[in-house]
Amino acid sequence: MAVRERPLSPHLQIYRPQITSVLSILHRLTGVALGVGTIVLVWWLVAAAVGPDAFEGAQGFLGSVFGYLILFGWSWALFYHLCNGIRHLVWDAGWGFDLDVLAKTGWLTVGASVALTVLAWIIGLASMGG
Amino acid sequence: MAEFTLPRNSKVRRGKTHPAPKGAKRSKEFAVYRWSPDTDENPRLDEYTIDLDQCGPMVLDALIHIKDDVDSTLTFRRSCREGICGSCAMNIDGTNTLACLKPIDEVKGTVKVYPLPHMPVVKDLVPDLTHIYAQYTSIQPWLQSQTGAPPDRERLQAPDERKKLDGLYECILCFCCSTSCPSYWWSGDRYLGPAILLQAYRWLVDSRDEMTGERLDALEDPFRLYRCHTIMNCAKTCPKGLNPGKAIAEIKKMMVARV
Repeated sequence: MAVRERPLSPHLQIYRPQITSVLSILHRLTGVALGVGTIVLVWWLVAAAVGPDAFEGAQGFLGSVFGYLILFGWSWALFYHLCNGIRHLVWDAGWGFDLDVLAKTGWLTVGASVALTVLAWIIGLASMGG
Repeated sequence: MAEFTLPRNSKVRRGKTHPAPKGAKRSKEFAVYRWSPDTDENPRLDEYTIDLDQCGPMVLDALIHIKDDVDSTLTFRRSCREGICGSCAMNIDGTNTLACLKPIDEVKGTVKVYPLPHMPVVKDLVPDLTHIYAQYTSIQPWLQSQTGAPPDRERLQAPDERKKLDGLYECILCFCCSTSCPSYWWSGDRYLGPAILLQAYRWLVDSRDEMTGERLDALEDPFRLYRCHTIMNCAKTCPKGLNPGKAIAEIKKMMVARV
């Protein structure tokens, strides 16, 4: 009898999301988002160099509600990637691997990234207003 | 390259339903992955409603009850039923563990039982471990020395040297960790994975082993060692409470220290 090709057992489809793996994939995704955000930054700088009309177009887009949403997401991605990057650095030094510490530093990273994002926006908007 | 979806022949369909026995007072539903090499069908999820008064407290007890009294075609590995052989490793309620150590009442609702994730399936809950055993062989998991053994006694080890093996020697090679690791899912053909790397570290830190440099040479590779991205699902799922992620970090430190 011919042997049938073996199926592959389910993986992503069935594995319950873990705090460990979710924060890990967020690190990867925020890294990609930072790459895309940097292109937007370059576009904004190039527009400024090209002339007043081009700059006004870029400024108009980034100053819109949608533009603000993108900038807010980008700034959070930056702070999350930074905080989790520090977490990775500590791991590379050999610390912080116990399960309870993993969960604590994980939630600390999430909390700190949100707090830093909000703080940066408060400072930014306040200085714009002033 | 990572493939996030299942191949066409691996998609799981709805299966058969086995209702609760008459008069069952404490019924519990189990959904179990089934696949047979003897038919042309895709894998399916069979549902068994059993009476918990007719079996023991662990998921393995329920599987044995199903095989004995409901459906003798159900296939799974088991041996010691006390968490020391590693045979009954499987995915229960979304995480990998040993069926014999997993209490049924820890699972709310239907108990979903799948084979270890992202592995070729031999039958039902039995994964093909050929490749991961070959990877284990590749790290040469035995004591290697260059100096001869003392003629009148064993190779001695100081208590603090022996202590370095704690948290490593307890590994039973059930492969819950490796098959919980997304990096092993996507690159398992070349990445050794947490279980094998923990074993590699077990020999790297053994004070009696004298091939440390050669062992590190063999791991110095973008895939074999460095596909670990510290995701840490491994430590989260280990039924023996070990920490493969930390062992891998220690190997990476050894790599840096010797340069």
